[in-house]
Amino acid sequence: MRLETGAERITVPSSTIADACGQLVRDRAARLMVMTGTDERDAGRGYGLYFLFALPSGGLASIETMVDPARPSYPSVTRAVPAAHWYEREVKDLLGIEPEGHPDPRRLVLHDDWPRGLHPLRKDVPGDLAVARAPHPHEPITGVRGEGVMEVPVGPIHAGIIEPGHFRFGGVGEVVLHLEARLFYTHRGIEKSAEGRSIERVLALAERICAACSLSHAVSYAQAIEQLAGVTPARRAVLIRGVLLELERLYNHVGDIANLCAGAALQLAVYQGGVLKERLQELNAEVAGHRYLFGVARPGGVRVDLDEVAQLRIAAVIDEIEDEFGSYVGALLETDSFVERLTGTGVLDRGVAEDLGAVGVAARASGIPLDARHSHPYGPFRPDMVTPVVRSEGDVRARMLVRAGEVATSFALIRSFLDELPAVAPGQLVTPVGPLAPGQWAVGITESPRGENVHWVMTDDRGAITRYRVRSASYNWAVVPFAVTGNLLPDFPLINKSFELCYACLDR
Amino acid sequence: MLSLLRRRLRARVSTSRWPAVPAPTVGRQQPVFDPARCDLSGACASACPVAAISVDGSFSLDRARCISCSRCIEVCPTGALAPGIGFATPALGRESLLEPPVHPPAAVRELAERARAVLGRSLHVRHVDAGSCNGCDWEISATTNAVHDIQRFGIDFVASPRHADVLLVTGTMTRNLQIAVRRTYDAMSEPRLVVAVGACACSGSPFEPGYASGEGAAAELPVDVYIPGCPPRPEAIIQGLLLAVGRIGEARI
Repeated sequence: MRLETGAERITVPSSTIADACGQLVRDRAARLMVMTGTDERDAGRGYGLYFLFALPSGGLASIETMVDPARPSYPSVTRAVPAAHWYEREVKDLLGIEPEGHPDPRRLVLHDDWPRGLHPLRKDVPGDLAVARAPHPHEPITGVRGEGVMEVPVGPIHAGIIEPGHFRFGGVGEVVLHLEARLFYTHRGIEKSAEGRSIERVLALAERICAACSLSHAVSYAQAIEQLAGVTPARRAVLIRGVLLELERLYNHVGDIANLCAGAALQLAVYQGGVLKERLQELNAEVAGHRYLFGVARPGGVRVDLDEVAQLRIAAVIDEIEDEFGSYVGALLETDSFVERLTGTGVLDRGVAEDLGAVGVAARASGIPLDARHSHPYGPFRPDMVTPVVRSEGDVRARMLVRAGEVATSFALIRSFLDELPAVAPGQLVTPVGPLAPGQWAVGITESPRGENVHWVMTDDRGAITRYRVRSASYNWAVVPFAVTGNLLPDFPLINKSFELCYACLDR
Repeated sequence: MLSLLRRRLRARVSTSRWPAVPAPTVGRQQPVFDPARCDLSGACASACPVAAISVDGSFSLDRARCISCSRCIEVCPTGALAPGIGFATPALGRESLLEPPVHPPAAVRELAERARAVLGRSLHVRHVDAGSCNGCDWEISATTNAVHDIQRFGIDFVASPRHADVLLVTGTMTRNLQIAVRRTYDAMSEPRLVVAVGACACSGSPFEPGYASGEGAAAELPVDVYIPGCPPRPEAIIQGLLLAVGRIGEARI
């Protein structure tokens, strides 16, 4: 039996995987969403590779292969499909499957002091294994060489209240010629921890991949589990998810614009925007019990109802915030010294964004009309409800304006879901989730505040979760260095804040 | 710029009152426990996704591990576990976060006295993320907004550990951050305090110790104050810092 994932599945020998993926991109304008490696040796199959593509029709296509465990390698897909570059490095680190001919086969997830030849996502490596640090050479990172060239190391611990990452700027004077980001400091091994665990246990982990996109993660995970269990949540639960997902986008987008002002040292605006964000988070706590919307969604439905009082409260608060946010953004755009810092700074080229699979705000600000609520409508969304907010400039200002435009869309969506809610009988908020289909995979997709958020879940022959792969929108980190090249080093915080990616989301 | 100033002039005072009045919330709280009603059915322990509860002859709850998901409250057949009010309060020792209460050792209680004598009433804080989900970090950031305004307590965040009295640690202490966090602590001059923020810094929960994740801040650093919660609210983080310098005492839920 094959599960109704809606995905077209194409199995090829591992020797032709690169050609098959390249052909799908070329001939059918497919876009690589995520690639997952699996260890299926226990089932007598070897290592699996699953390249999941989005088709322009809105459908999905999965190109799959099995790699011989005696010689775990395959021709790298990256040269044909550059968006695969980080995925292949990740699979190499975690499963020890070698992408032959990868243009940049360095480590990604595991750091230099991890011993050679040990791959934590292999099934014969116990989850609680304590691994000693291995001696390792210190190698130059950026590779930029020449007279007057400097390498500036920054991080992993930064000066502000922010997450850890290491940046190596190579440049002459203040101009950055090359940036290399070394990430995965907050790698917690969440995917390994999920294997063999109960649906509820994995939910607690999914919600904490990243707090700022917590509900999007919970809903992506829930959608994958619901497919595997053949369960459809009740209409009321779907609408409640819709309202709260848009409240998640609101507090993030409003807060992200406020933080952007910090990158341009406009402190007054940081405070004004911060107050708006705070009010939206207190609204979350008031109607759903949590400032970051933890514990709200679950497979099969939701754990909180939005009663009449909550509905009225949400409607009232978003009316107020809409007025204030309009005046706030208007005031920002009237501040020439601020707008000047943003304009033309940190341009992400559309071609680079497409090649490397950028999603979310970053993609839309560079002219790519990609929004999962439109391309892969889920929950209460219909394709006609959301028109992707797109700009062509690709700079810091464009990313701010895309967010501002999307805030308006979120207000409209929340109102439309709230309008429908009273007509839907309270009834069942959680549809019971029975056993999961054995030996299958399914995928859940949401548009988190940062962009397309894909959760890929595979079950073993007993229906237990055997592989959990999370591709958050923060994979956009792969394109950030391209937007920094040619800019001044002191503009990096501003550019970085305009992407507003989380490290925790990427690192897992 | 003028429009921003005009907006400022029109705005009301947004700073919250102190002592903090917890906002009315539904669900998602650490439970309060009534031993008289507990029938030791174990329903709570089976429902807890993070193994914070054990019912093995007697009930025990580790508030450092609790992620406030409320599942135990939902399944408790006797009402022994009920929704708490507001947020779990910070503690001067890991033991103080156990339910039923364990008396903290005397040395722990002396800390507040010492810290106050040396550091006085003002604190410079350095935050370090040791591998969190970024929730605690956002809440620490929220303490600096105009609503929570941590600076009114004489507390300020500084850019370097060399300037700091307190290290505020979030996260599980991942393998990839262990060395950087240790070096940050080593860079601080004495006297110095360590405050663990959130369930994963307090205990590693809900993540699992393994090849990548650790068991919280105490595995690497001498933790003085534990602030439970997932994440703790900004008010709880402020309380934890005030507790560290003895400006408030330890309270219980």
